[in-house]
Amino acid sequence: MPMQAHEIEALLRKSFPNAQIKVDGDDGVHMSAVVIDESFRGQNRVQQQRAVYAALKGKMDGANGELHALALTTRAPD
Amino acid sequence: MSAQDQIKDKVTTNDVVLFMKGTKTMPQCGFSSKVAGVLNYMGVDYADVNVLADEEIRQGIKEYSDWPTIPQLYVKGEFVGGCDIFTEMTLSGELDTLLEAKGVTFDKDAAEQIRAHNS
Repeated sequence: MPMQAHEIEALLRKSFPNAQIKVDGDDGVHMSAVVIDESFRGQNRVQQQRAVYAALKGKMDGANGELHALALTTRAPD
Repeated sequence: MSAQDQIKDKVTTNDVVLFMKGTKTMPQCGFSSKVAGVLNYMGVDYADVNVLADEEIRQGIKEYSDWPTIPQLYVKGEFVGGCDIFTEMTLSGELDTLLEAKGVTFDKDAAEQIRAHNS
């Protein structure tokens, strides 16, 4: 079943308690998320986004990946 | 040959590999189509692997790169990213820098046009 924005945010909040998180999208399948967190400082985009996917614990992949598409933007705070 | 070996062989024997849904001429997913479209437009020579044609590769590639989504781009055996990262790198010019650094030929004017078009 598709995931709602607040569910995605809650999951991300668990792994990134101090981050600025903004999740958009209303169909629950094609969603977008911006995560701005100190832990990303010095990491390249692949490392940053791997951490975000890890936080989503398998909601993304696999045949029953509820979240078919999550457009991600990640960076450290300015 | 296991899926992991097939993948390793593919990314090490081809300079540029795009694991995608569909093929470079017939992409079957918006994200795959976007990446393939830019690579085609920039005249990059790359091997396309249709993960929809082989479920083992479709799951195996996610394990190989520890990255849950398709498409996945590899340059000289290195995982570069999915659609979001590829798009950011294209628009920022980092893709040009990477391809130049890895000795992969591409059409610089085409890359400039993409940036101009998206600015």
